[in-house]
Amino acid sequence: MNALMAAARRDVLLALRRRADVLTAIFFFVMVVSLFPLGIGPEPALLKKIAPGVLWVAALLATLLGLPRLFHADYLDGTLEQMALSPSPLALLIAGKMLAHWLLCGLPLVILAPVLGLQFGLDAASLGMLSFSLLLGTPLLSLIGAMGAALTLGVRGGGVLLAVLVLPLYIPTLIFGAGAVAAESAGLGAEGHLSLLAALLALAVFFAPWATTAALRIALE
Amino acid sequence: MLTAAHLACSRGERRLFADVSFSLAAGEWLHVQGENGAGKTSLLRLLVGLSPADAGEIRWRGALVGGMKTTPETVGFRRELLYLGHHAAVKDELDALENLRFSAAIDGLAFDQLKALAALRRLGLRGRESLPVRVLSAGQKRRVLLARLLTRTAAVWVLDEAFNALDGGAVQLLGALLNEHLAAGGVAVLTSHQPLPLPGGRVLAL
Repeated sequence: MNALMAAARRDVLLALRRRADVLTAIFFFVMVVSLFPLGIGPEPALLKKIAPGVLWVAALLATLLGLPRLFHADYLDGTLEQMALSPSPLALLIAGKMLAHWLLCGLPLVILAPVLGLQFGLDAASLGMLSFSLLLGTPLLSLIGAMGAALTLGVRGGGVLLAVLVLPLYIPTLIFGAGAVAAESAGLGAEGHLSLLAALLALAVFFAPWATTAALRIALE
Repeated sequence: MLTAAHLACSRGERRLFADVSFSLAAGEWLHVQGENGAGKTSLLRLLVGLSPADAGEIRWRGALVGGMKTTPETVGFRRELLYLGHHAAVKDELDALENLRFSAAIDGLAFDQLKALAALRRLGLRGRESLPVRVLSAGQKRRVLLARLLTRTAAVWVLDEAFNALDGGAVQLLGALLNEHLAAGGVAVLTSHQPLPLPGGRVLAL
């Protein structure tokens, strides 16, 4: 557990020293979401209907933006080699990096989403559900994305390949996440969607660090 | 302590080396020599377990290690192993002390700030402990990396081109550090293109 926290702390500190990378993803999220009401015009019913989908797709793309850099710097400067040779389990160190990625990329989206949701005329209950579904969903985006980042590490043009690889895997998260918010604003219960999202998250927390570690070992060879 | 028997390695179609064997007792060191591309770095990566060997076995204190599988034996080996590769493995955004602190944390070891400060001082980085590594020169970056030799206790040192980018004084200092390490019963495997005046050396030509 110490190794996990150490790896997470290190990545957070590095990101705070190099803020541009983190801020780019957040700014991208804010801009993309804000462009929709401007482009579509003041039609409250339509905006309210598309809000969950727009916010979720924007969150997904914003996460994708920083993924190619997740392991790249550590791979180039030999830090990943040192991690692989550490007596601590590599999977724990990688889980720490995933945690840092969520704290820096997922958590800001969770916090910003209700503010941006106001532009679409969502009511308070829907805004709460939006935050909650993102709280369950963004860790999933980080975990799945890290797997993709590890598989495309060291590949020329890896960024495009990463998007091709990861976006299809994001589909279930998107469907259940946006579905939960849509169900809430339509007055139906969102429990079903949330349960499935939580189940996916439980599965990913267990398997993603392990799969990512296996992919990284292949990349290091 | 460290023995290797009949190691072979190939990259794609090309066979780099085959049937490489050596044995190091406490206080001995191995100088791996060869032209560029002879497979020196490949041999070192294979020894520490970053890549698998095509054939042969590596033993540490009699237990089979090597390969990338995590077993109690390889974890025990990693605890006593310090590998410094081609790459600096230091982060430009962090200062020298933070770099050492996080290296220790990743290795799961307690961090002794006084020891780290003393190590940086001995490597001639006094007054530069809290500068971002970005502003240091290439040689000074290497020195930050070498400070790990003093802060991390390990019985096996595997150093790849450790003498690169170092000035005369630093080369002598690294020689002295190696001497102390070997005198304390450690073993070392290094690649270098310059002759090293250290006792107990064996030469392996690839």
